[in-house]
Amino acid sequence: MKSISIIGAGPSGIEAASVLARLGYTVTLFEKSSSPLKNIADKAFLFPNFAAAGDIVELMNKKLLNSNIVQRLDTDIVGLVREGDSGWKLTDAKGASYYSDLVLLATGYTPFDAHRKEELGYGIYEGVVTSLEMEKMIRYDNIVTSLGEKPRRVVFLQCVGSRDEKSGNHYCSKLCCVTAVKQAIELKKQVPDAEAYIFYMDLRMWGQHFEELYRQSQQDYGVRYIRGRISEASGTFDGRVQIKAEDTLMGLPLKMTTDLLVLMVGMEASEGTRCLAKAAGICGDYGFAQSVDPHINDCCTLHDGLFVCGSCKRPMTINDVINDGRAAAVAIASRQ
Amino acid sequence: MKDFGFTISKGRSLDLDNLQQDRVDKLLELVPSYKLCIGCGGCTASCSAAGFTDFNIRRIHTSFLRARYDDLDKQLQKCMLCGKCTLVCPRGVNTRALIINMRRILAGVDSVTVNEEKGVVL
Repeated sequence: MKSISIIGAGPSGIEAASVLARLGYTVTLFEKSSSPLKNIADKAFLFPNFAAAGDIVELMNKKLLNSNIVQRLDTDIVGLVREGDSGWKLTDAKGASYYSDLVLLATGYTPFDAHRKEELGYGIYEGVVTSLEMEKMIRYDNIVTSLGEKPRRVVFLQCVGSRDEKSGNHYCSKLCCVTAVKQAIELKKQVPDAEAYIFYMDLRMWGQHFEELYRQSQQDYGVRYIRGRISEASGTFDGRVQIKAEDTLMGLPLKMTTDLLVLMVGMEASEGTRCLAKAAGICGDYGFAQSVDPHINDCCTLHDGLFVCGSCKRPMTINDVINDGRAAAVAIASRQ
Repeated sequence: MKDFGFTISKGRSLDLDNLQQDRVDKLLELVPSYKLCIGCGGCTASCSAAGFTDFNIRRIHTSFLRARYDDLDKQLQKCMLCGKCTLVCPRGVNTRALIINMRRILAGVDSVTVNEEKGVVL
Protein backbone atom coordinates (compact mmCIF):
# COMPACT_ATOMS: atom_id res chain seq x y z
CA MET A 1 0.00 0.00 0.00
CA LYS A 2 1.14 3.55 -0.67
CA SER A 3 2.58 5.83 1.96
CA ILE A 4 1.32 9.37 2.41
CA SER A 5 2.60 12.38 4.34
CA ILE A 6 -0.09 14.71 5.63
CA ILE A 7 1.23 18.08 6.70
CA GLY A 8 -0.89 19.72 9.39
CA ALA A 9 -2.90 18.06 12.16
CA GLY A 10 -5.93 20.30 12.09
CA PRO A 11 -9.46 18.96 11.53
CA SER A 12 -8.92 18.62 7.77
CA GLY A 13 -5.61 16.76 8.01
CA ILE A 14 -6.94 14.48 10.74
CA GLU A 15 -10.11 13.64 8.82
CA ALA A 16 -8.09 12.80 5.71
CA ALA A 17 -5.62 10.78 7.81
CA SER A 18 -8.35 8.73 9.46
CA VAL A 19 -10.10 7.89 6.17
CA LEU A 20 -6.85 6.98 4.40
CA ALA A 21 -5.65 4.89 7.34
CA ARG A 22 -8.91 2.92 7.28
CA LEU A 23 -8.36 2.36 3.56
CA GLY A 24 -4.96 0.85 4.35
CA TYR A 25 -2.59 3.70 3.52
CA THR A 26 0.49 4.21 5.69
CA VAL A 27 -0.04 7.71 7.02
CA THR A 28 2.49 10.03 8.62
CA LEU A 29 0.83 13.09 10.11
CA PHE A 30 3.19 16.03 10.64
CA GLU A 31 2.35 18.84 13.04
CA LYS A 32 4.60 21.75 13.94
CA SER A 33 2.92 22.31 17.34
CA SER A 34 3.19 19.99 20.30
CA SER A 35 -0.42 18.83 19.97
CA PRO A 36 -2.99 18.45 17.19
CA LEU A 37 -6.03 20.75 16.73
CA LYS A 38 -4.23 23.81 18.11
CA ASN A 39 -6.62 26.28 16.45
CA ILE A 40 -9.75 24.76 18.00
CA ALA A 41 -8.25 24.26 21.46
CA ASP A 42 -9.63 27.47 22.94
CA LYS A 43 -12.89 27.65 21.01
CA ALA A 44 -16.06 27.59 23.08
CA PHE A 45 -18.99 26.70 20.87
CA LEU A 46 -19.35 26.26 17.13
CA PHE A 47 -21.96 28.02 15.01
CA PRO A 48 -24.70 27.55 14.07
CA ASN A 49 -25.80 24.93 16.62
CA PHE A 50 -23.57 25.85 19.56
CA ALA A 51 -21.89 22.44 19.58
CA ALA A 52 -19.19 22.37 22.26
CA ALA A 53 -15.82 22.68 20.54
CA GLY A 54 -14.29 20.40 23.19
CA ASP A 55 -16.54 17.54 22.00
CA ILE A 56 -15.33 18.00 18.42
CA VAL A 57 -11.71 17.97 19.61
CA GLU A 58 -12.35 14.74 21.51
CA LEU A 59 -14.02 13.06 18.52
CA MET A 60 -11.27 14.18 16.15
CA ASN A 61 -8.57 12.93 18.52
CA LYS A 62 -10.26 9.51 18.61
CA LYS A 63 -9.96 9.34 14.83
CA LEU A 64 -6.19 9.37 15.25
CA LEU A 65 -6.24 6.05 17.12
CA ASN A 66 -5.35 3.89 14.14
CA SER A 67 -2.23 1.79 13.84
CA ASN A 68 -1.72 3.01 10.27
CA ILE A 69 -1.22 6.59 11.50
CA VAL A 70 2.11 7.79 12.83
CA GLN A 71 2.03 11.25 14.38
CA ARG A 72 5.09 13.44 14.21
CA LEU A 73 4.44 16.39 16.52
CA ASP A 74 6.83 19.33 16.98
CA THR A 75 7.93 18.74 13.40
CA ASP A 76 7.89 21.86 11.25
CA ILE A 77 8.04 20.85 7.59
CA VAL A 78 9.78 23.57 5.57
CA GLY A 79 10.86 21.77 2.41
CA LEU A 80 8.87 19.81 -0.15
CA VAL A 81 10.40 18.46 -3.38
CA ARG A 82 9.68 15.67 -5.79
CA GLU A 83 12.01 12.72 -5.26
CA GLY A 84 12.61 10.33 -8.16
CA ASP A 85 9.74 9.38 -10.48
CA SER A 86 6.95 8.85 -8.06
CA GLY A 87 7.79 10.09 -4.60
CA TRP A 88 8.22 13.15 -2.43
CA LYS A 89 10.85 14.32 0.00
CA LEU A 90 9.97 16.46 2.98
CA THR A 91 12.48 18.34 5.12
CA ASP A 92 11.84 19.72 8.58
CA ALA A 93 13.30 22.81 10.21
CA LYS A 94 15.94 20.72 11.98
CA GLY A 95 17.16 19.28 8.67
CA ALA A 96 15.69 15.76 8.94
CA SER A 97 14.19 14.26 5.77
CA TYR A 98 11.11 12.11 5.27
CA TYR A 99 10.04 10.20 2.14
CA SER A 100 6.59 9.14 0.95
CA ASP A 101 4.72 8.25 -2.23
CA LEU A 102 2.12 10.95 -1.79
CA VAL A 103 1.75 14.28 0.03
CA LEU A 104 -1.35 16.06 1.30
CA LEU A 105 -0.96 19.69 2.27
CA ALA A 106 -3.28 20.60 5.17
CA THR A 107 -1.28 23.47 6.61
CA GLY A 108 -4.26 25.74 7.21
CA TYR A 109 -4.60 29.37 8.13
CA THR A 110 -3.41 31.83 10.73
CA PRO A 111 -5.57 34.56 12.27
CA PHE A 112 -4.93 38.09 11.03
CA ASP A 113 -2.56 39.94 13.36
CA ALA A 114 -4.70 42.80 14.72
CA HIS A 115 -1.59 44.84 15.62
CA ARG A 116 -1.38 45.66 11.92
CA LYS A 117 -4.51 47.83 12.21
CA GLU A 118 -2.86 50.24 14.60
CA GLU A 119 -5.75 52.73 14.42
CA LEU A 120 -7.98 50.18 16.14
CA GLY A 121 -5.74 50.17 19.19
CA TYR A 122 -5.03 46.48 19.62
CA GLY A 123 -2.02 46.03 21.89
CA ILE A 124 -2.29 49.70 22.88
CA TYR A 125 -5.56 49.85 24.84
CA GLU A 126 -6.41 46.93 27.08
CA GLY A 127 -10.11 47.11 26.25
CA VAL A 128 -9.40 46.11 22.65
CA VAL A 129 -9.37 42.33 22.14
CA THR A 130 -9.57 39.96 19.19
CA SER A 131 -12.40 37.55 18.43
CA LEU A 132 -10.08 34.70 19.48
CA GLU A 133 -9.57 36.24 22.91
CA MET A 134 -13.31 36.82 23.21
CA GLU A 135 -13.92 33.17 22.31
CA LYS A 136 -11.55 32.13 25.08
CA MET A 137 -13.33 34.36 27.60
CA ILE A 138 -16.64 32.78 26.55
CA ARG A 139 -15.21 29.30 26.84
CA TYR A 140 -14.13 29.82 30.43
CA ASP A 141 -17.24 31.85 31.31
CA ASN A 142 -15.02 34.79 32.13
CA ILE A 143 -16.01 37.78 29.98
CA VAL A 144 -14.36 40.70 31.76
CA THR A 145 -13.09 44.19 30.97
CA SER A 146 -9.48 45.25 31.31
CA LEU A 147 -10.31 46.11 34.93
CA GLY A 148 -11.63 42.62 35.60
CA GLU A 149 -15.28 43.69 35.77
CA LYS A 150 -18.34 42.45 33.92
CA PRO A 151 -18.72 44.62 30.80
CA ARG A 152 -21.74 46.90 30.46
CA ARG A 153 -21.21 47.27 26.74
CA VAL A 154 -19.34 45.26 24.13
CA VAL A 155 -18.79 46.39 20.54
CA PHE A 156 -17.89 43.89 17.81
CA LEU A 157 -16.20 45.17 14.65
CA GLN A 158 -16.38 43.09 11.48
CA CYS A 159 -13.84 42.81 8.65
CA VAL A 160 -10.61 43.40 10.58
CA GLY A 161 -7.96 42.34 8.08
CA SER A 162 -10.58 41.24 5.54
CA ARG A 163 -12.09 43.19 2.63
CA ASP A 164 -9.41 45.75 3.34
CA GLU A 165 -6.94 46.96 0.78
CA LYS A 166 -4.84 48.55 3.52
CA SER A 167 -4.19 45.09 4.98
CA GLY A 168 -3.49 43.73 1.50
CA ASN A 169 -6.49 41.40 1.80
CA HIS A 170 -9.25 42.07 -0.70
CA TYR A 171 -11.05 38.88 0.16
CA CYS A 172 -13.83 38.14 2.63
CA SER A 173 -12.86 35.74 5.42
CA LYS A 174 -16.38 34.38 5.31
CA LEU A 175 -16.90 33.18 8.89
CA CYS A 176 -16.38 36.35 10.98
CA CYS A 177 -19.92 37.67 10.34
CA VAL A 178 -21.65 34.69 11.88
CA THR A 179 -18.97 34.35 14.57
CA ALA A 180 -19.77 37.88 15.84
CA VAL A 181 -23.49 37.05 15.89
CA LYS A 182 -22.74 33.86 17.80
CA GLN A 183 -20.41 35.59 20.26
CA ALA A 184 -22.90 38.41 20.84
CA ILE A 185 -25.55 35.81 21.75
CA GLU A 186 -23.10 34.06 24.08
CA LEU A 187 -22.25 37.41 25.67
CA LYS A 188 -25.95 38.05 26.34
CA LYS A 189 -26.31 34.56 27.80
CA GLN A 190 -23.38 35.05 30.17
CA VAL A 191 -23.79 38.77 30.90
CA PRO A 192 -27.49 39.50 30.25
CA ASP A 193 -27.23 43.16 31.27
CA ALA A 194 -24.49 43.98 28.78
CA GLU A 195 -25.34 45.84 25.57
CA ALA A 196 -24.02 44.25 22.39
CA TYR A 197 -23.35 46.24 19.22
CA ILE A 198 -22.10 44.84 15.93
CA PHE A 199 -20.58 47.24 13.40
CA TYR A 200 -20.59 45.80 9.88
CA MET A 201 -20.07 46.72 6.22
CA ASP A 202 -22.30 43.89 4.96
CA LEU A 203 -23.58 40.97 6.98
CA ARG A 204 -22.97 37.76 5.09
CA MET A 205 -25.19 35.06 6.55
CA TRP A 206 -24.44 32.54 3.83
CA GLY A 207 -24.76 29.22 5.65
CA GLN A 208 -27.64 27.08 6.77
CA HIS A 209 -29.24 28.54 9.95
CA PHE A 210 -26.97 31.62 9.89
CA GLU A 211 -29.76 34.03 8.96
CA GLU A 212 -31.94 32.45 11.64
CA LEU A 213 -29.17 33.00 14.17
CA TYR A 214 -29.01 36.65 13.11
CA ARG A 215 -32.78 37.00 13.57
CA GLN A 216 -32.58 35.29 16.93
CA SER A 217 -29.86 37.69 18.06
CA GLN A 218 -32.15 40.64 17.24
CA GLN A 219 -35.42 39.19 18.49
CA ASP A 220 -34.41 37.28 21.62
CA TYR A 221 -31.16 38.95 22.66
CA GLY A 222 -31.55 42.56 21.51
CA VAL A 223 -28.20 42.66 19.74
CA ARG A 224 -27.92 46.00 17.90
CA TYR A 225 -26.49 46.32 14.42
CA ILE A 226 -24.93 49.45 13.00
CA ARG A 227 -23.83 49.62 9.39
CA GLY A 228 -20.49 51.37 9.30
CA ARG A 229 -16.82 50.64 9.74
CA ILE A 230 -15.08 51.88 12.87
CA SER A 231 -12.26 54.14 11.72
CA GLU A 232 -10.40 54.53 14.98
CA ALA A 233 -10.39 53.66 18.64
CA SER A 234 -8.86 55.57 21.51
CA GLY A 235 -8.51 54.96 25.23
CA THR A 236 -10.42 56.89 27.87
CA PHE A 237 -9.05 57.90 31.27
CA ASP A 238 -11.14 55.22 32.98
CA GLY A 239 -9.82 52.31 30.94
CA ARG A 240 -12.64 52.16 28.39
CA VAL A 241 -12.44 52.54 24.63
CA GLN A 242 -13.95 55.31 22.54
CA ILE A 243 -14.77 54.53 18.94
CA LYS A 244 -15.64 56.58 15.89
CA ALA A 245 -17.64 55.40 12.91
CA GLU A 246 -20.25 56.55 10.47
CA ASP A 247 -23.79 55.32 10.94
CA THR A 248 -24.23 54.97 7.19
CA LEU A 249 -27.97 54.36 7.42
CA MET A 250 -28.30 57.74 9.12
CA GLY A 251 -25.58 59.44 7.12
CA LEU A 252 -24.12 60.80 10.37
CA PRO A 253 -20.83 60.39 12.18
CA LEU A 254 -21.14 58.47 15.41
CA LYS A 255 -19.11 58.07 18.57
CA MET A 256 -19.55 55.88 21.60
CA THR A 257 -17.64 54.44 24.52
CA THR A 258 -17.41 50.74 25.18
CA ASP A 259 -15.88 48.46 27.80
CA LEU A 260 -14.66 45.97 25.24
CA LEU A 261 -13.99 46.37 21.53
CA VAL A 262 -13.81 42.96 19.88
CA LEU A 263 -11.96 42.87 16.56
CA MET A 264 -13.30 40.11 14.30
CA VAL A 265 -9.99 39.08 12.77
CA GLY A 266 -9.93 37.39 9.40
CA MET A 267 -8.03 34.36 8.12
CA GLU A 268 -4.70 34.49 6.33
CA ALA A 269 -2.56 31.74 4.87
CA SER A 270 -0.41 30.25 7.64
CA GLU A 271 3.37 30.46 7.51
CA GLY A 272 3.50 26.76 6.64
CA THR A 273 1.01 27.22 3.82
CA ARG A 274 2.94 30.15 2.34
CA CYS A 275 6.27 28.36 2.60
CA LEU A 276 5.18 24.99 1.18
CA ALA A 277 2.89 26.39 -1.55
CA LYS A 278 5.92 28.34 -2.72
CA ALA A 279 8.26 25.35 -2.46
CA ALA A 280 5.85 23.22 -4.50
CA GLY A 281 5.02 25.98 -6.99
CA ILE A 282 1.28 25.96 -6.25
CA CYS A 283 0.87 29.52 -4.96
CA GLY A 284 -2.62 30.93 -5.25
CA ASP A 285 -3.91 34.33 -4.16
CA TYR A 286 -2.75 36.01 -0.94
CA GLY A 287 -0.29 33.24 -0.07
CA PHE A 288 -2.89 30.47 -0.07
CA ALA A 289 -2.27 27.20 -1.95
CA GLN A 290 -4.05 26.58 -5.23
CA SER A 291 -5.92 23.52 -6.44
CA VAL A 292 -6.37 22.62 -10.09
CA ASP A 293 -9.97 23.74 -10.21
CA PRO A 294 -12.29 24.98 -7.47
CA HIS A 295 -15.30 23.07 -8.78
CA ILE A 296 -14.45 19.53 -9.75
CA ASN A 297 -10.80 19.05 -8.87
CA ASP A 298 -10.42 21.02 -5.70
CA CYS A 299 -8.09 18.65 -3.84
CA CYS A 300 -5.64 17.98 -6.71
CA THR A 301 -2.74 20.20 -7.69
CA LEU A 302 -0.66 20.67 -10.80
CA HIS A 303 1.63 17.93 -9.51
CA ASP A 304 0.77 14.26 -9.61
CA GLY A 305 0.82 12.89 -6.07
CA LEU A 306 0.51 16.27 -4.33
CA PHE A 307 -2.90 17.15 -2.86
CA VAL A 308 -4.36 20.04 -0.89
CA CYS A 309 -7.22 20.26 1.58
CA GLY A 310 -8.76 22.62 4.11
CA SER A 311 -8.09 26.26 4.85
CA CYS A 312 -4.65 26.29 3.24
CA LYS A 313 -6.67 27.00 0.06
CA ARG A 314 -8.97 29.78 1.28
CA PRO A 315 -10.93 30.75 4.39
CA MET A 316 -13.14 27.85 5.44
CA THR A 317 -15.26 26.88 8.44
CA ILE A 318 -14.55 23.82 10.60
CA ASN A 319 -17.27 21.74 8.91
CA ASP A 320 -16.00 22.88 5.51
CA VAL A 321 -12.49 21.65 6.25
CA ILE A 322 -13.61 18.31 7.69
CA ASN A 323 -15.63 17.65 4.53
CA ASP A 324 -12.70 18.77 2.43
CA GLY A 325 -10.34 16.40 4.24
CA ARG A 326 -12.71 13.56 3.39
CA ALA A 327 -12.92 14.77 -0.21
CA ALA A 328 -9.12 14.78 -0.43
CA ALA A 329 -8.98 11.19 0.88
CA VAL A 330 -11.41 10.12 -1.84
CA ALA A 331 -9.44 12.02 -4.49
CA ILE A 332 -6.29 10.22 -3.34
CA ALA A 333 -7.84 6.76 -3.08
CA SER A 334 -9.51 7.01 -6.50
CA ARG A 335 -6.33 8.27 -8.17
CA GLN A 336 -5.50 6.55 -11.43
CA MET B 1 -23.21 92.14 25.60
CA LYS B 2 -22.84 93.04 22.00
CA ASP B 3 -24.03 90.40 19.58
CA PHE B 4 -21.35 89.80 16.96
CA GLY B 5 -23.47 87.23 15.15
CA PHE B 6 -21.27 84.25 16.08
CA THR B 7 -22.82 81.03 17.32
CA ILE B 8 -21.48 77.70 18.47
CA SER B 9 -22.43 74.86 16.13
CA LYS B 10 -24.25 72.00 17.71
CA GLY B 11 -22.35 68.75 17.11
CA ARG B 12 -23.88 66.67 14.34
CA SER B 13 -22.46 63.35 15.41
CA LEU B 14 -24.54 60.68 17.08
CA ASP B 15 -23.53 60.14 20.69
CA LEU B 16 -24.60 56.65 21.63
CA ASP B 17 -23.37 57.14 25.21
CA ASN B 18 -26.12 59.65 25.92
CA LEU B 19 -29.12 58.20 24.12
CA GLN B 20 -32.51 58.95 25.66
CA GLN B 21 -33.77 55.41 25.28
CA ASP B 22 -37.24 55.66 26.87
CA ARG B 23 -39.22 56.45 23.69
CA VAL B 24 -37.21 53.87 21.73
CA ASP B 25 -37.88 51.23 24.40
CA LYS B 26 -41.58 52.10 24.30
CA LEU B 27 -41.65 51.69 20.53
CA LEU B 28 -39.89 48.32 20.64
CA GLU B 29 -42.26 47.16 23.34
CA LEU B 30 -45.30 48.07 21.23
CA VAL B 31 -43.87 46.90 17.91
CA PRO B 32 -41.48 44.06 18.80
CA SER B 33 -41.18 43.02 15.15
CA TYR B 34 -39.19 46.22 14.59
CA LYS B 35 -36.24 44.59 16.36
CA LEU B 36 -35.86 42.49 13.21
CA CYS B 37 -35.32 45.47 10.85
CA ILE B 38 -32.19 45.10 8.73
CA GLY B 39 -32.30 48.56 7.16
CA CYS B 40 -32.79 47.25 3.62
CA GLY B 41 -34.98 50.17 2.52
CA GLY B 42 -37.71 48.03 0.98
CA CYS B 43 -40.26 50.10 2.86
CA THR B 44 -39.01 53.34 1.33
CA ALA B 45 -38.79 51.79 -2.13
CA SER B 46 -42.42 50.69 -2.05
CA CYS B 47 -43.73 53.94 -0.57
CA SER B 48 -46.24 55.92 -2.67
CA ALA B 49 -45.39 59.12 -0.84
CA ALA B 50 -41.64 58.71 -1.33
CA GLY B 51 -41.99 59.00 -5.09
CA PHE B 52 -43.31 62.54 -4.86
CA THR B 53 -41.94 64.01 -1.64
CA ASP B 54 -38.82 63.72 0.49
CA PHE B 55 -40.65 61.32 2.78
CA ASN B 56 -38.26 58.47 3.59
CA ILE B 57 -39.74 56.01 6.04
CA ARG B 58 -36.54 53.96 6.42
CA ARG B 59 -34.62 57.08 7.40
CA ILE B 60 -37.42 58.15 9.76
CA HIS B 61 -37.56 54.93 11.73
CA THR B 62 -33.76 54.67 11.82
CA SER B 63 -33.67 58.23 13.20
CA PHE B 64 -36.23 57.28 15.82
CA LEU B 65 -34.12 54.30 16.83
CA ARG B 66 -31.16 56.65 17.33
CA ALA B 67 -33.38 59.01 19.38
CA ARG B 68 -33.17 61.76 16.78
CA TYR B 69 -36.72 63.04 16.79
CA ASP B 70 -36.14 66.50 15.25
CA ASP B 71 -39.05 67.01 12.83
CA LEU B 72 -40.16 63.38 12.65
CA ASP B 73 -43.71 64.16 13.81
CA LYS B 74 -44.16 66.54 10.89
CA GLN B 75 -42.53 64.08 8.47
CA LEU B 76 -44.76 61.25 9.63
CA GLN B 77 -47.90 63.19 8.70
CA LYS B 78 -47.00 62.56 5.05
CA CYS B 79 -47.69 58.85 5.43
CA MET B 80 -51.10 57.80 4.13
CA LEU B 81 -51.03 54.47 5.99
CA CYS B 82 -51.60 52.54 2.77
CA GLY B 83 -49.56 49.63 4.19
CA LYS B 84 -47.56 48.78 1.07
CA CYS B 85 -44.36 48.90 3.12
CA THR B 86 -45.77 46.23 5.42
CA LEU B 87 -46.41 43.99 2.43
CA VAL B 88 -42.85 44.17 1.14
CA CYS B 89 -40.85 43.96 4.39
CA PRO B 90 -38.60 40.86 4.17
CA ARG B 91 -38.37 40.59 7.96
CA GLY B 92 -42.10 40.87 8.61
CA VAL B 93 -41.88 44.18 10.47
CA ASN B 94 -45.34 45.64 11.01
CA THR B 95 -44.31 49.00 9.57
CA ARG B 96 -47.84 50.34 9.62
CA ALA B 97 -48.10 49.76 13.38
CA LEU B 98 -44.59 51.20 13.63
CA ILE B 99 -45.66 54.47 11.98
CA ILE B 100 -48.87 54.82 14.01
CA ASN B 101 -46.96 54.23 17.23
CA MET B 102 -44.13 56.61 16.34
CA ARG B 103 -46.79 59.29 15.73
CA ARG B 104 -48.49 58.57 19.04
CA ILE B 105 -45.31 58.48 21.07
CA LEU B 106 -44.08 61.72 19.51
CA ALA B 107 -47.46 63.36 20.14
CA GLY B 108 -47.26 62.24 23.76
CA VAL B 109 -50.44 60.17 23.45
CA ASP B 110 -49.56 57.51 25.97
CA SER B 111 -53.05 56.52 26.99
CA VAL B 112 -53.95 55.01 23.64
CA THR B 113 -51.41 52.88 21.84
CA VAL B 114 -51.68 50.32 19.11
CA ASN B 115 -49.94 47.09 19.96
CA GLU B 116 -49.09 45.17 16.82
CA GLU B 117 -50.38 41.94 18.32
CA LYS B 118 -53.16 43.08 20.62
CA GLY B 119 -54.56 45.94 18.53
CA VAL B 120 -55.71 49.14 20.26
CA VAL B 121 -54.78 49.09 23.94
CA LEU B 122 -56.56 51.60 26.16
